[in-house]
Amino acid sequence: MSDWKASVEPMVFPGKIAVPYTWTVGSTLSKFYCELRDNGKIWANKCPSCGTVFVPPKVKCINCYRDPNIWVELPGTGIVESYTIVRYEEPMLHPRKAPFVYGLIKMDGADTCMVHLIDEIEPEKVRVGMRVEAVLSENREGNILDISHFRPVK
Amino acid sequence: MERVAIIGVSQTKYMQNNPLTFAELVYEVTTKALEDAGITVKEIDNVVSVSSDFWDGRTISSMAISDASGAFGKDITTVEGDGTFGALYGLMRTLSGSFNTTLVVAHHKGTESNMRGITNTAFDPLVERKLGLDAISSAALQARRYMTKYGLKEEQFALVSVKNHGNAKRNPLALFPMEITVEDVMNSRKIADPLKLLDCSPVTDGAAAIILATEHAAKKLVPPQKCVWVKGVGHCADAFRLGDRDLADTRALAAAAKRAYSMAGIQDPGREIDLAEVYDAFSYMEPLWLEGLGICPEGMACEHLERGRFDFTGQLPVNPSGGRLSSHPVQVAGLAEIAECALQLRGEAGDRQVEGAKTALAHGVNGMCGQAHCVWILGK
Repeated sequence: MSDWKASVEPMVFPGKIAVPYTWTVGSTLSKFYCELRDNGKIWANKCPSCGTVFVPPKVKCINCYRDPNIWVELPGTGIVESYTIVRYEEPMLHPRKAPFVYGLIKMDGADTCMVHLIDEIEPEKVRVGMRVEAVLSENREGNILDISHFRPVK
Repeated sequence: MERVAIIGVSQTKYMQNNPLTFAELVYEVTTKALEDAGITVKEIDNVVSVSSDFWDGRTISSMAISDASGAFGKDITTVEGDGTFGALYGLMRTLSGSFNTTLVVAHHKGTESNMRGITNTAFDPLVERKLGLDAISSAALQARRYMTKYGLKEEQFALVSVKNHGNAKRNPLALFPMEITVEDVMNSRKIADPLKLLDCSPVTDGAAAIILATEHAAKKLVPPQKCVWVKGVGHCADAFRLGDRDLADTRALAAAAKRAYSMAGIQDPGREIDLAEVYDAFSYMEPLWLEGLGICPEGMACEHLERGRFDFTGQLPVNPSGGRLSSHPVQVAGLAEIAECALQLRGEAGDRQVEGAKTALAHGVNGMCGQAHCVWILGK
C-alpha cells in the first residue's frame, strides 16, 4: 500500500515570514521610555491600594487591579536576583555576541525585577546578590535598550 | 457535574524532521484515536484543535487541519497553548450539553522552524523582546533562582535527565531514550548557565489525540474497560512579566493543583497518586513543579528524587514516558501526557506500565517559566 511512498523524493519548501508591525506603546510605557530617553531617568509606578511598586511600570496592579498611578523615580541600582550566561549565538535576536549575561535585577525602590543585560564584568564573575547599576546608552531612542546594560557598583 | 470519560487516545512516534505534513500527522492520530475507541468519525460531535500559528507559520492554523481532524461538516475550534488546556476546553464543551463527544487533537512540527525565534515572540514587544530573551535563557534565570532559594545543585537537576532519558528506553514512541549518567549531563555543552544541553528538552515533531465523551455517550459507545474518567481538573495563571513573579514561587501551580485535588477528592496527593506526568521542559522544572503540586514540601523534591521516590520502580513514578526531556512536541506535550496516563490506567502502557495504577496526574504549562498551569487527575 505504502510502496509508492518509498520511491517518492521528499520535498521541502523553504520560507520566511516577514510582516511589519507598528506596536502602540501606550501612555504608561510611553512615559517610562520618554523619561528614559529624554532625562536618563528610570521611573516606576506604585499601586495606591497595596503599595507594590512596578518597574517597568504597569497599566494595572497585578494584585489589586487598581491603576498604579503614583509615579516614583528610581535610583537605577539593584541587586542581582538571578542570572544566566548565554553561550549560544542568535544574531537575529541577541543584542550582544555570546557569551553574555542576562540578569534578573531586583530594583532598589521597587518590588519587581527587571530583566536586562549585565556587562563590564567577566561573565563567570557575576553572582547572585551582587549590587549593580544601570548604564545608559549614549544615543537613546526610547526603548528598553536605552539602558545599555547593568554593571557592578564599584 | 456529569462524569466525562476519555474513550480513545493516540500518539505518533516522536521524531525530528518528520517527513509527514501537519495534516498528515493529524490524519494519523485522528484515525488511531477512533480505532482505539472503536468508533467512527460520525460519532465525533465536535473538534478542538491545539496548535500555534507562529510554530506552524500560518494563521488560523486549525482551519488547515480541519479536514484531517474529521471536522468537515462539524464545529472546530482552537486552543493556542498546551494540550492540557486544549483538553480542558474539550472537557468544557463536552459538559456544556451541546456535544456528547469531543475530539481534541494537537500537532507540532517545531523542527521545521527556529525555536529561539518563536519563543522570543512570546515576550512583550514593548519590553523584553528586544533583549533577545527566549524559552532557554528565561528558563535559565528560573533554574538559578530555584537553586538560590533552596540551596540546590546542578547535579541534582542532572539526575532528572538521567531518570527520564532512562525511562524513555521503555517507551517506543520516545525520541531520545538514553542510558546516561549525572556526569554526562554535567559534561554536556553549556547552553545558558546553569543549563547544559542534557538539561534541555529537544524540540520534537509529533501529534496526539484524545476523545472525550459524556458518561451517557461513553457507556453507549465503548466497553467499560476503555473508559478512563476525568476525576478533577484545575488551572491557574500567574503574572505575564518574569520580573513581576518570584520565578521559584509556584503559587499558580499550587492553586491549580488544589482545585484539581478538591474536585477529585484527593487529600494527600503524595500518597494517593500512583504516577505523574509532569512538564519537564527543562530538568529543574520537574522538582519545581512536584513541589507546586504539593507532592513534596518546598525545596525538597530533589532530595526525594535522589532517594529514588520518583523512579520508575519508586513510590511515585514521575514521567514514566520519558517526559519532555526525551521528546518535546510543544503544545502536543500535555495532551500526550493525558494519553499516556489513560494508557497507564487501562493497563495498556506496555514496558512502561506502572503496576496497579489507579490514579494518575497530568500537568501542562503555558507561557514562559510556567506562567500558567493545568492539572488533570484521571482514574479508572
